[in-house]
Amino acid sequence: MQVSRRGLLAASAIGLAAPSISYGQSDVIRIGHLTPRTGFLGPLGEYAVQAIQLAGEEINAAGGINGKRLELLMEDSVNPQTGSAKAERFVQRDKVAAIVGEINSATALAIAQVVNRERVLFVNTGANSDALRGSDCQRFMFHVEGQNSMYVKTVGRALVAKGLVRGKKYYALTADYAFGHDLLRVAKNFMGGAGGTVAGEDLIPTDLTDFSPFLLKIRQARPDLVVANLAGAQITNFLKQYSEFGLRFPVAGFGFDTALAWGAGEGNFLGTWPVMWHHMIQAPSAQAFVRAFTTKYGRPPENQAWGDYTALKLVAQAMTATRGTDGMKIVEHFEGEGRMDILKTREGYFRKRDHQLMQEAYAVTALPPAEVKNRWDIFSPGDAVPAANESLEAIAATAEENACTFR
Amino acid sequence: MEIVFVFEQVLNGLLIGAFYLLIALGLSLIFSLGGIVNLAHGAFFALGAYLTVALAPTIGFGGAFVVSPVLVGLLGLLVERFLLRRFYRGDPILGLLLTFGLAMVAEQAFRMIWGAAPVPFSIPMALRGQVIIGELIFSRYRLLILLVAAIAVLGLWLLLTRTAFGRVVRAGVQNPDMVAALGISLKPYMSAVVAIAVGLAALAGVMSAPITGVHPAMGAEILTFAFVVVVIGGLGSFWGVVAAAFIVGVVRGLAAYYVPSATEASVYLLMVLVLLLRPRGLFGERIQKFE
Repeated sequence: MQVSRRGLLAASAIGLAAPSISYGQSDVIRIGHLTPRTGFLGPLGEYAVQAIQLAGEEINAAGGINGKRLELLMEDSVNPQTGSAKAERFVQRDKVAAIVGEINSATALAIAQVVNRERVLFVNTGANSDALRGSDCQRFMFHVEGQNSMYVKTVGRALVAKGLVRGKKYYALTADYAFGHDLLRVAKNFMGGAGGTVAGEDLIPTDLTDFSPFLLKIRQARPDLVVANLAGAQITNFLKQYSEFGLRFPVAGFGFDTALAWGAGEGNFLGTWPVMWHHMIQAPSAQAFVRAFTTKYGRPPENQAWGDYTALKLVAQAMTATRGTDGMKIVEHFEGEGRMDILKTREGYFRKRDHQLMQEAYAVTALPPAEVKNRWDIFSPGDAVPAANESLEAIAATAEENACTFR
Repeated sequence: MEIVFVFEQVLNGLLIGAFYLLIALGLSLIFSLGGIVNLAHGAFFALGAYLTVALAPTIGFGGAFVVSPVLVGLLGLLVERFLLRRFYRGDPILGLLLTFGLAMVAEQAFRMIWGAAPVPFSIPMALRGQVIIGELIFSRYRLLILLVAAIAVLGLWLLLTRTAFGRVVRAGVQNPDMVAALGISLKPYMSAVVAIAVGLAALAGVMSAPITGVHPAMGAEILTFAFVVVVIGGLGSFWGVVAAAFIVGVVRGLAAYYVPSATEASVYLLMVLVLLLRPRGLFGERIQKFE
């Protein structure tokens, strides 16, 4: 193998020249944003990036935080190893006051370990695994994203109401990584507890694009319900091919992102799915966000955009309230369980016990193709869960289901 | 009863195999003649899919089916003429780096133009539906893919074995110096081969657009699989690649049936086995210039 010395020299020169951030400015507050921008979660990461940029611009337009300008540093977290290394660099080299973002549950855990050691706030905006709020919970990590239990109980209620659980057989397809394993565990607890039985369950590699072998298995098993515990691009592929094979069993998902259904194409979206937020929520703050995002990016925001936008706004509010950027003070502020506008009808709060944002969720149901009017409004939104007269904790994991001891 | 379902998985695997084949044959051709491992092959596949989504509203899926591979083939001509051509005789690592870079540039370009989220696209109404024979079910659309792939493969085989063009290409694979000594320049042939190869990849992309997510990483996802097919089939062997594509499809289907979590791993395991037992691949030929 030959690599010319000149080439090597040029390459290293480019490498050294690239990042030129000036330090020592005390008039800015830096916040690091990490999220997967490539790979099977990349489609969601793009919404996350756009939303946090919008939130940052709005914060600065309103005078910044405590009179200081907010500066966002944004990176592709790629995978747990890279995500962890970048989190460390954000904290040690760039001296960020907080880290916001992430979608992949395994990467979120890696980042959480870094921030807990460095005592810097991390707000998780897209990783669902219950373990992150349970056995792996960390004092400096908060979760705007709903936990798997919330997703399962939200859609579970809808399924029970439709008579699709008690005495029925379900076939589960599950993404084969941290998120999926955790979700499958929670889903099986719920379905088993509500009287459902397993017709079949398969773990699906995250890079699998062809679902046909599994669709044939489902057809053979003749379940009463097909449950998709899938993630990222998997959901789009599953929806397209489920329609292609013309299977008629009802479909429900325990994990979902609206962007993946938008990407499936006309006539391919079906079933009942859970979301923490959608663009049809009528709260004034929600509709203001929808308008601002749509004006700036030419498409409505979805649940991932909501997560990163809301998280940055909450962090900025906490910094204003605590008059500084001290991580521990912000943690204690959030632990006070103060009520906050989270772009939904009801206000939410971080639960002290596990740092999960207590909030409404929604079970959305795909509209029949004939009723779909445009590219975006492809489902009927359904009522907020829990109902207005119930505690927000009704859908979250109980202390028995998911115990957290902060380290 | 069980045997019926296994049989169904085997047939379904053959259908998928046909699809891999369109990509793998091009990879094999470019490597055999030019000695370049084309890591950008997946990008041409993805471009085929994206062009379909972009063109279908105006010229229909049928129109995109023809126009998109042709456009990608023409782009292939340019890439060959201005980039690949400089690397045929050089250190193979340079060609590898070049195409790896091209793939990354292409993926990012898709992200910039069409966004990272999957772009919606569905099977055209006329091609939807299923064919049900007894217990077996087939997607009508996939049967169409099989038909198109079969015609493309047959056409390529006839081109390589029954025409003057094919004779020069095959000679060029075996002994480019002798071809040059006979006063034939391989350059235009290489251009044509690249155009055909990436055109086939784009054709696969067109047919994939209705049934898998059209997103920037779709090329990278399919490319690894196509490589495994080429490695199993053996370099320079047309029918080796054909056989390998079908074997990979079937092995994958059976793994999904019996050991679902090993669906992807099964294929790599198969590759390791073939490399251990037959390092040249199933029907690999001895190619002088690579020894």
